[in-house]
Amino acid sequence: MSGEHFTLHVNGVDREVRDSWLGESLLDVLRDRLGLVGAKGACEQGECGSCSVLVDDNLVCSCLVMAAAAVGRPIITVEGLSDPGLPTDVQQLFVDAGAVQCGFCTPGLVMAVHDLLDRVVEPTETEIREELAGNVCRCTGYGRIIEAVQRVAVSRRADREVPR
Amino acid sequence: MPVFAPTTVESATGLLADHPDAMLLAGGTDAMVEINDGRLRPDDVVIALDAVAELRSWRHDPVTSTLVIGAGVTYTELLRDPPAALAPALAQASRTVGSPQIRNAGTLGGNLGTCSPAGDGLPVLAALDATVTLTSATGTRVLPVMDFMVGVKRTALEPGELINEITVPVVDGWQGYAKVGVRNAMVIAVASACLVVDRRARAVSLALGSVGPTILRCPEAEAALGRAIDWEMMSADVGAFARFGELAGAASRPITDHRSTAEYRRHAVGVLATRLARRALTRSEAAA
Amino acid sequence: MTVTDRPADIRPGTIGSSPPRPDGVAKVQGSFEFSSDISADGCLWGATLRSPHPHARIVSIDLAAAWQLDGVSAVITAEDVPGEMNYGLISQDQPVFASDVVRYVGEPVAAVAADHPETCRRALDAIVVEYELLDALLDPEVAIAGDAAPIHPDGNVIRHQRVLSGDPDAVGDVVVEGTYELGMQDQAFLGLEAALAIPDSGGGGVELHVATQWLHEDRRQLAACLAMDESAVRLVLGGVGGAFGAREDISLQVHCCLLALRLGRPVRMAYSRAESFLGHVHRHPAKIWIRHHATSGGEIVKIEARMVFDGGAYASTSSAVLVNAVTMAQGPYRCPNAVVDGWAVRTNHLPCGAMRGFGAVQACFAQESQMDKLAEACGLDAVEVRLRNAMRTGDVLITGQPVLNVAPVERCIRETDALPLPDEPVGGTVGADGAVDVMKLPGGAGLTADAGDVVRGIGWGVSIKNLMYSEGFDDYATARCRLHGGVATIKFATAEVGQGFVMIAAQIARTILGVDDVRLDPIDTQIGSAGSTSASRQTWMSGGAVDAACRAARERLFEAVGAAHGLEPVQLAIDGTDVVDTMGDLRVPVVDATADLEIDETVEYHHPQTVHLDENGQGNCHTAFAFVAHRAVVDVDPELGLVKVVQIATAQDVGRALNPLSVIGQIEGGIAQGLGLAVMEEIIQVDGVIRNGNFTDYLLPTFLDMPPVVATLIEEPDPHAPLGAKGVGEPPTISSTPAIVAAIRDALRQADGVGKPLSRVPVRPSDICL
Repeated sequence: MSGEHFTLHVNGVDREVRDSWLGESLLDVLRDRLGLVGAKGACEQGECGSCSVLVDDNLVCSCLVMAAAAVGRPIITVEGLSDPGLPTDVQQLFVDAGAVQCGFCTPGLVMAVHDLLDRVVEPTETEIREELAGNVCRCTGYGRIIEAVQRVAVSRRADREVPR
Repeated sequence: MPVFAPTTVESATGLLADHPDAMLLAGGTDAMVEINDGRLRPDDVVIALDAVAELRSWRHDPVTSTLVIGAGVTYTELLRDPPAALAPALAQASRTVGSPQIRNAGTLGGNLGTCSPAGDGLPVLAALDATVTLTSATGTRVLPVMDFMVGVKRTALEPGELINEITVPVVDGWQGYAKVGVRNAMVIAVASACLVVDRRARAVSLALGSVGPTILRCPEAEAALGRAIDWEMMSADVGAFARFGELAGAASRPITDHRSTAEYRRHAVGVLATRLARRALTRSEAAA
Repeated sequence: MTVTDRPADIRPGTIGSSPPRPDGVAKVQGSFEFSSDISADGCLWGATLRSPHPHARIVSIDLAAAWQLDGVSAVITAEDVPGEMNYGLISQDQPVFASDVVRYVGEPVAAVAADHPETCRRALDAIVVEYELLDALLDPEVAIAGDAAPIHPDGNVIRHQRVLSGDPDAVGDVVVEGTYELGMQDQAFLGLEAALAIPDSGGGGVELHVATQWLHEDRRQLAACLAMDESAVRLVLGGVGGAFGAREDISLQVHCCLLALRLGRPVRMAYSRAESFLGHVHRHPAKIWIRHHATSGGEIVKIEARMVFDGGAYASTSSAVLVNAVTMAQGPYRCPNAVVDGWAVRTNHLPCGAMRGFGAVQACFAQESQMDKLAEACGLDAVEVRLRNAMRTGDVLITGQPVLNVAPVERCIRETDALPLPDEPVGGTVGADGAVDVMKLPGGAGLTADAGDVVRGIGWGVSIKNLMYSEGFDDYATARCRLHGGVATIKFATAEVGQGFVMIAAQIARTILGVDDVRLDPIDTQIGSAGSTSASRQTWMSGGAVDAACRAARERLFEAVGAAHGLEPVQLAIDGTDVVDTMGDLRVPVVDATADLEIDETVEYHHPQTVHLDENGQGNCHTAFAFVAHRAVVDVDPELGLVKVVQIATAQDVGRALNPLSVIGQIEGGIAQGLGLAVMEEIIQVDGVIRNGNFTDYLLPTFLDMPPVVATLIEEPDPHAPLGAKGVGEPPTISSTPAIVAAIRDALRQADGVGKPLSRVPVRPSDICL
C-alpha cells in the first residue's frame, strides 16, 4: 500500500493523515483514518449526499473529493457544526419536526440545510426542494424535512426581528 | 508526495510535461466515481488543478463579443450572473447538472475532458460554436469544440495538454437548452438539445446530446429552419417548428441501453427541438 | 400539521403525543453509531467474492495467490463452514458459500480477511475461480411448465397455491381483464450492510454487532452454520440505516463470524452500494393475469387470476409473499367467488424476498388497475366503483377468513376524497412576470415542457394489508420492564430500523406506569425474541409486549402500594404521574411509591393462532388487517412521457396513532417508495446480469420527485390490537403505486381521448408517449 502522508484542516484543527493510498476519497479518510464518522457513505458516486461536507465553504460530496487534493482547504464536517449535546437550531428542529427516522442521510442533510440557509435566508418550498435535491432520503418522503427547514427560517426571522 | 497542486497554468503544464502519465484532477465528480469503484487508479502522480486561479476565472471580451471561461469554472458559477446573462443556455444546462454538491465541484473543463455524449454542457458549447484552448508546456492551440469532441469519452487532447479555457460567443438572439431525464433531479440525460437562433448572423444552430457517440449538430434542420424564419419578426410558422423537430430526430443516431431505447431518444430530441424552436420564435401564420 | 398537534390533556411523552426521538440528537450530530461506524481494536476487514455468472458449475477455486498477498490473513470457502452449509428463513436452501454450483450473479463463493479494504479488494481479485457456464433458467413460465432441469435440489417451484372459493363458474354481466407486470424493486436502504464480529477468546462463542431486522432469527441460522449453541452466539443491534425488508435474510452475518472465529480477532465487513444490490433480496417481479366479473352495477361477482412471482435463485420468503398476493387478490372489496392460481418459482435471477408490502403490492397494482377498468365498463367513476364494493368488518376474504378487525374502507375512500385537491394549476401559480415555476413542471430544470404541454390527471388506489405473520407462524414478542425509584427501564430485542419503536416504547411505559424517566436497555439477544421488524407488526407485537410488561410491573406496584394502604390492586390506578385509588382519597407520586421497590417483569406477547391454507387456499391464515386509500394528482407531458406527481392524498386506517408525527413519517416515507415503483425504480437484469446496480441508474425519488402529502389518520381503535393501534408502515407503499399510474392514465385519456393501458410498473416515458 502506497503510503501518502499529508495534513488536512478539519473543523478548525490540523489533522495528520498517514498511509493513505493515492486516490483515496476524503470521505474514507475522514471516516477510516481521522475517526470522524459523521459523514456517511451510501453510494460512492455522489448520488445521495450522505457524505456532504463543506470544503472551502462549498457544499460537496466528500466521496468525490480526493483527500490528498484537499490539503490546505478548510473542511467542515457535521462534527464541526456543534458540540456534542448542543445541537444547532437546524439540528434541533430536525428532531422536533420528525425529520429523522433511520438517520443515515441526516448528517449530510444537516450540512446541506446549513449551507442553504446561509445563502438563502427564507427559501420557498420549491427552492428548498431544488437545493436539497442532492440529498436522498429513503425513510421520510421529505415532508418533515421541508417542514424543519421552514421552521428554522421562521425561527431565525423571529430572532432577527427581536427589538434590541 | 505524488499529488501536486500547482497555482499557475505554466507550472501545471510543466508538471504534465515531466509526468506524462499524470492524472489531471479538477472537480473530481467523474474521476472519483471511477476511483471509488476500483476501475481507475492514479498510475503515477495526480495534478490537482483547483488552485490554478487562471483556470477558475472567466472574462467577458466585449470587443470580440465572447465569454472566455476557464476550464476550472464550476457549474455553480455558471449559474450566476454575469456569466449566466452572457450565456443563458449554458446556465440552463448547468442547472440540470447533478445536484448542488456536484455543481459546486464539477467544472466545464471536466465535462469536456470526460466527453460523454450525455455531458450536460456540451450541446450548448456545440450549438454556440465554442472553441477550446489547449495548452501544453510547448504551446497553445485552439480547436472548435466539435473537433475537440471526437467520440464516446474520446477527445483530441494530446499528451501533455490540458484544457485551459473555453471561448463562447455572446450571441445576439435566442438560446435555450432542454434535457430529458427519468426523474426530476440528479439524472443523466437520455436526450438533450441546445438551440441558438443568432439574429445578427441569421443562423440557426442545433446540437443534440445523448443520441450519438458524441454531440451532433443538425445541418439540415438548421438550414431548413433558417430558411423558414422571418428574421425581422423572429417568427416562423407551426409547420416549420414541426419540420425542425422531424429533421432533428432524423439527424440523431441513438442507441438502446439500460437507460433508454433508441426509439425513445430519437422521438425525444425531435420533441425538444420543436419546443425549443417554439420558444425561440414567435408563431406566425403559415404561408398561403 | 394539525394531525400532530397534541390535545392539551395528553401528558407530554405519553401515548398520543409526538415526543422527539431519544436517538434524535445523536443522529443529527452524526454521533449515532450505525453498524458501519462500529470498530474494535485490532480488527481486520473482510470482503466477499461473488459469482459473475447467473448459472455455472464451479470447476475449481484457487486461493493460493490471495493467501500470498501482504496483509491478507484468511481466505475461506464452503469447506470452512463448520456447521450447516445452508441457511434460509423458510427453507434451508441457500449456501453460505457456493460449492458446486452458483445460481445467481452475486452469489458468494469465498471471503477474505485483510488489514484494509484495499487489500481485501486485491485479495479478491487474486482468487481464481474456474467456472463452467450452464444455461440460465430465466423464464418463470419454463419453471412452472416443469420442462427445465431443476436448478436446485428443492426444485424449480418454490410454492404453488390456489385459492378457490364460492362458485368457480359464476359469471358477471360485465367482464374486464388484464395482464399486469411489476419490475424488480430494491429496498435501497441508505445504511449499507455492515457488521463487526468479535470472537470470544478461546473461540467458543462470538458477539456480532449487526444492522438487521430480527436478531434472534439471525442468531438461529448463524449458530447452526457455526456449529455453535445459540447461547454462544450473541447479537447486538448495530445502528440500522433503514431496512424495508432487505435485512430479513442473512447477508454478511455468517461470513463475518467465520472470519473472526478463524482468526481469533475482530473482523468487520461493509458492503459497497454495488455489492449491496447483489447482497440482499429484492421485491419479486411478477406477472399477474386477472379477470373481474361484476354486475352491471359494478359489484364484483368473481375474480379469476393467475399470478407468477419470480423468486430468483433461493427461496427466502417467496412462499409467504405468494400467500399474501393470492389471499388478498380481491383487494379491500367483497368478492363472493374466486379462482386464483399463484406460483412462486425459482430462476437464476437475483433472489427475491421481503420488501415493504410483501406480495400485497403486486396484487394491489393488478386489482386496482382492474377496478378502474370495471368503473369504465359500468359507467361509474373511480370512487363510486370502490365504494360499492368496499369491505366492512365481518366480510370475508376469498380464503373464507372473516375480517374481524375494524375495516373502515368506505371511510378511507370518503375521507381521502374530502381532502382538498392542489390549489395550484399545472406549472404552479403564474408569477408577476407571467412565468410559471419550471420546477413544478414535469422535467423541472430540464425545461422539457411548457405548461401547455402538460395535462393533469387524478387516480385512485385502495388497499388491504395483513399485519403480523401468517399461516400458523407464532411471531411473538418479548419485553422486560424494570421499575425503581421513578425510573422505568425497558428491554426488548425489537430492531429499531428508523421506524421509531424506541419512541413509542417509552411512550407506552410513561403512560402505563406514570413515570417520565424511561430508559432503554441495549437491543440484543440478552432477552427473548421480538420477532421481525417487518409485516407492520412491531407496534402491535412489541408494543403489546412492552404494554404487557409494563402492566405486569404496574400490578406489582399496585400490590405494594395496596399492601401499604390496605387496598386491593384493583382499587388503584395511575393518574398522570401518581398512584391514586379509585375513591380519590389516596395520591402517591410514582417516584415515591417506587423508591424502595425493585420490580422486574418480562412478558412474551403472542397473537392468536392462525392456520395454513388448505389446497384450495381456504383457512384463517392471517392475523389482522389494515386499510388505506390513496388519491394521486399527476401532471403528465404526454408527448415526452415525463411526469410530476403533484399531490398524494390519503386516509389511512391506523387504529390509534400512538405517535402521530411518527405515523405521518411512515405514511410519507411509504408513499415515496410507492412512487418509486410507479415511475422510476427497477433493477434491470439482462440475461441474469444486473445492469444498474448503482444509484446513478437505480433511481430513487428525490426532493423534486416527491410531492406534498395530505393525510387523514382514521383512528378507530381496533379491539384486537393491544393498544388499539394497527401497524402503519406498509399500507402507504401499497396503493400509492396504482393511484399514481391511474392518474397518468387519466391524464392520457384526457389528452387524446384514448389513453394508454400502462399495465406495467415502473411506467417509463416510452410507455406513455410511444
